[in-house]
Amino acid sequence: MKILVCLGNVPDTTTKIRFDGEMKNLATEGVQWVINPWDELALTRALEIKEGSGGKIEKVSVVNVGKADAEPTIRKALAIGADDAYRIDADPSDAYFIAAQIAEVVKNNNFEIIFAGKESSDFNGSAVGSMLAEFLDIPSVSAVSAFDFPDGKVVLKRDIDGGKETIGIDTPFVTIVQKGISINPRIPAMRGIMMARTKPINVSQPVAVDTLVEYETFELPEAKAECKMVDPENTDALVDLLHNEAKVI
Amino acid sequence: MSIIVFTENRGGKLKKSSFEAISYAMNIAENTSKPVVAVSVGELGDDELSALAKYGAAKIVSVNDPAWKSNDSQAYTKLMAEIAEKENADTFIFSHSNEGKAIAPRLAVKLKAGLITNITGVPANFSPLTIKRKTYNGSAFQLMKIKADKAVLTINPNSCDVVEKPVDVNIEKFSPSVAGDGATKVENVDVVTGKILLTEAPIVVSGGRGLKSGDNWGMIEQLGEVLGAGLACSRPVSDEGWRSHEEHVGQTGKIIAPDLYIAVGISGAIQHIGGVSGAKVLVAIDKDKEAPIFKYADYGIIGDAFEVVPRLIESLQKFKA
Repeated sequence: MKILVCLGNVPDTTTKIRFDGEMKNLATEGVQWVINPWDELALTRALEIKEGSGGKIEKVSVVNVGKADAEPTIRKALAIGADDAYRIDADPSDAYFIAAQIAEVVKNNNFEIIFAGKESSDFNGSAVGSMLAEFLDIPSVSAVSAFDFPDGKVVLKRDIDGGKETIGIDTPFVTIVQKGISINPRIPAMRGIMMARTKPINVSQPVAVDTLVEYETFELPEAKAECKMVDPENTDALVDLLHNEAKVI
Repeated sequence: MSIIVFTENRGGKLKKSSFEAISYAMNIAENTSKPVVAVSVGELGDDELSALAKYGAAKIVSVNDPAWKSNDSQAYTKLMAEIAEKENADTFIFSHSNEGKAIAPRLAVKLKAGLITNITGVPANFSPLTIKRKTYNGSAFQLMKIKADKAVLTINPNSCDVVEKPVDVNIEKFSPSVAGDGATKVENVDVVTGKILLTEAPIVVSGGRGLKSGDNWGMIEQLGEVLGAGLACSRPVSDEGWRSHEEHVGQTGKIIAPDLYIAVGISGAIQHIGGVSGAKVLVAIDKDKEAPIFKYADYGIIGDAFEVVPRLIESLQKFKA
């Protein structure tokens, strides 16, 4: 059985967000690009499952829709332990487009378990994983915070309002994962970094897809008014402000 | 053409976010002259369903069948597509919740509709539909336009107003031709009912590392109780096991947008702010006057939480009395 992990190449989460010229593009000067945090956790868990599967999982691959400048991020995933990578050479601007491209990779290579992060930490779209499953016409399970593989059987935990569900599911399927799927992302070791240099990145051209949405401009939130300080001895004043000024209690 | 709203319920009751979604649909309806149809999947009585009519849903399609309990997103997508055809719908509104996020993107692919998620405000334009969404963890917004004939939208809970527009209601019991029990086999459910949902709570009280230990949460619980608030915490607190992961708000935890968020002993790392930037009013209580949380707060108290919080509870009790 083979696992595919979807990989986003995103600005480091501490990046100061600014936009270029006409508020159309992110100002990328000085931005550090990293593996989307949820995808990094997904990859970590996928590798743990492979290692504990007694050979049932033969391979963990990663896939990225991006231009050549995403390759350092893909190499990092290979250094962490992915066996090989697929890159579709295109600008990853639209979830529908991205999902359609990844669907081709899944169909052409018979992946049976596909991991996607719950969202990208830049666009916050929460769409690619579910869209991919629909393109493939296979089940998807969202809000997954645990993935176990006892005796070759998949057991997931899904977050629901106020708790969790334990779910059994047969392959193939897409699992959309979030906090809890693994605790700390795996850090590449020197040996992994050396090995990553020779692991293959299969580059392919995108398939044509209709454009269903269009991006206009970005906006920055309005500057926040100065914080009003209240005397720590006078909490009555805070209650009064919350009631009469902010009108929230 | 009509507008379909996917409603959600919990413990036999409609969620507040469902009324927000109906109000969102009504706003589009009034500007495009399309009728609003609410879809409910679950074991809800007619009395409960009728509450949707208070906000303008004149028609409710109700699937009340235990076969649909497994919440399989593939099956739900087929169900929504079947209802879409029956109701001749071109606009679909979901909450930006776990359930909404699981179904809406699938439906967009199935119907070849444009998808806009993470919406925080009413449309800027109705033809073509153009809407502002939240991006970069609340550090920015983005205007998006629908190019397709159909649109699927997910609305952030607590971000859009609920407006009463009572109408007479027609509840249709619907037996779909597609099967509800898909590939998802639910083997066990471990859920707390009755507790206010963090993502729906109008007021949230949250504690951070400044509280030093999980044993010190009594006053946070008491503050929450006097305000009728949901309880939350920062990431280090849940990582340390002082509080359950359920309560973690922040970029990697829950994203919330309450009317009032009170942060106690939370320094305000950017990842935490990413989870609460939608709060209308933010109060920070922390002893470090340099803490970044005060840059985001509307009201601040610089002081020792162990002195300030009990005093605040007293002030609130006095106010409530």
